[in-house]
Amino acid sequence: MQEYDLIIIGGGPAGLAAAVSAKEQGIDSILILERDNQLGGILNQCIHNGFGLHTFKEELTGPEYSQRFIDKVIDLGIEYKLNTMVLDVNEDKQVTAVNSDDGILELKAKAIILAMGCRERPRGALNIPGARCAGIYTAGTAQKYVNVEGLMPGKVVVILGSGDIGLIMARRMTLEGANVKACVELMPHSSGLKRNIVQCLDDFNIPLKLSTTIINIHGHDRLCGVTIAQVDDNRKPIKGSEEYIACDTLLLSVGLLPENELSRKANVKLSKVTGGPLVDERMQTSIPGIFTCGNVLHVHDLVDNVTTESYTAGKNAADSIKGIYKTGKTVEVIATGGVRYTVPTTINPENIGNGIDVRFRVGEVHKAAYISVYFDDTREMHLKKKILTPGEMESVKLTKAVFDKYSDCTKITIKVEKE
Amino acid sequence: MSIRELTCIGCPVGCALEVTLDGEKVISVTGNTCKIGENYGTKECTNPTRVVTSSVLVSGGDSEILPVKTKSDIPKNMIYDCVKALKGVIVKAPVHIGDVVLKNVLGTGVDIIATKNIKAVH
Repeated sequence: MQEYDLIIIGGGPAGLAAAVSAKEQGIDSILILERDNQLGGILNQCIHNGFGLHTFKEELTGPEYSQRFIDKVIDLGIEYKLNTMVLDVNEDKQVTAVNSDDGILELKAKAIILAMGCRERPRGALNIPGARCAGIYTAGTAQKYVNVEGLMPGKVVVILGSGDIGLIMARRMTLEGANVKACVELMPHSSGLKRNIVQCLDDFNIPLKLSTTIINIHGHDRLCGVTIAQVDDNRKPIKGSEEYIACDTLLLSVGLLPENELSRKANVKLSKVTGGPLVDERMQTSIPGIFTCGNVLHVHDLVDNVTTESYTAGKNAADSIKGIYKTGKTVEVIATGGVRYTVPTTINPENIGNGIDVRFRVGEVHKAAYISVYFDDTREMHLKKKILTPGEMESVKLTKAVFDKYSDCTKITIKVEKE
Repeated sequence: MSIRELTCIGCPVGCALEVTLDGEKVISVTGNTCKIGENYGTKECTNPTRVVTSSVLVSGGDSEILPVKTKSDIPKNMIYDCVKALKGVIVKAPVHIGDVVLKNVLGTGVDIIATKNIKAVH
């Protein structure tokens, strides 16, 4: 059994940044395992620009952003294996993987970073009635066809859901000659970034139909159309509002789910809200020595945030290998009152340096509201927000000084308040 | 005087801008939280531009598709023609990020450049 200090599962933006960070902390024995034939993960198919404004202070495309980290990984001499599928991870930090050069690989590590990313919710997760015909793709699958394989999935398109990948594909398919009829969103607001509504839909006069969904799919061999209808406040279709749209392609952009099959095998405790592992202030899961970061932990809007988070995970994994971290009293972080979840869910203030960013999402749109942070029953922070939406991740910075002020605190509560 | 409401596309924050116009002249931009918003608001009302990203074909490489972009923003009304100009362009591998794929697209003075490294295969 070959041994490494650190094994990183996944060579996308999270795994690459975590590897670079751990290496910079002096860990030399690192292995990245990647199932695709290249490093970079999903950024390879995100050929649009808008990445890296925070990290590099310039707007890059996905492949340009990932190449910066691939170059670092190569310059630092970090070992990686492509076309390698991890089959199993266990609590003893043993990793079983397979590829066609090595056959079965039995590996062991002092620390593991789970960085497997997420996958798209497919049609089966939606229960849309209608024909099970060809022509229905997740938006990310279509993105891979167009941007990596050079294939067009169809000519006349309807998009269900207004997640960012759907919006980006509305523009991309239009530029490649398709007629994108509409983007249909069940909720009264889009889950995508505002800038993408402007530059992907508005720029191309593609209608965004809010509080609307698909109630039937038509077609025998190939999709020939969908029936859409408006929905009421309970998201039930409104009779009489039905409309038929002829199309040969339906793209689904209806959410992403962290991909945690391997985490489950290692008995890592998962959040019921995000589907990703529960982590402490060091990005460590419930299994000591197993860390996580990126979209496998919780789905991010911005790769810049993935990079920041993964640097933290990489550094903490390095500290864990070196044995330099504190154990002891932890404070629980509770999400309530409109806040769906937080990352992390426990904090040991001894391990946060000058402070820690707690990231979270709200469940619905709140206008002119406050983010409040309570230390036990005392409201310590009260931050005014013009708007909070489920589509945009929020964060609050909790400084070490605040933890020192409330040294007996056992729980921190984060919630949305009207005043 | 007229007011145009815009959403800034300069970064993911997406500030709600109000641009006050006197005819075609921009008087003021408000609602922005940084300089990018002021520039975007002014430009969007006078000479709207976009960076265009697309792809071209590659021969002899480890991938058949090369993602590309305009090196800087070009007039918004030229997006379709820009993508059309890329039809039929075939680049020979190897390709490096930043390599010029098409010079001075549509006479804009802006080059189309590669955004991915493609290795040559023999």
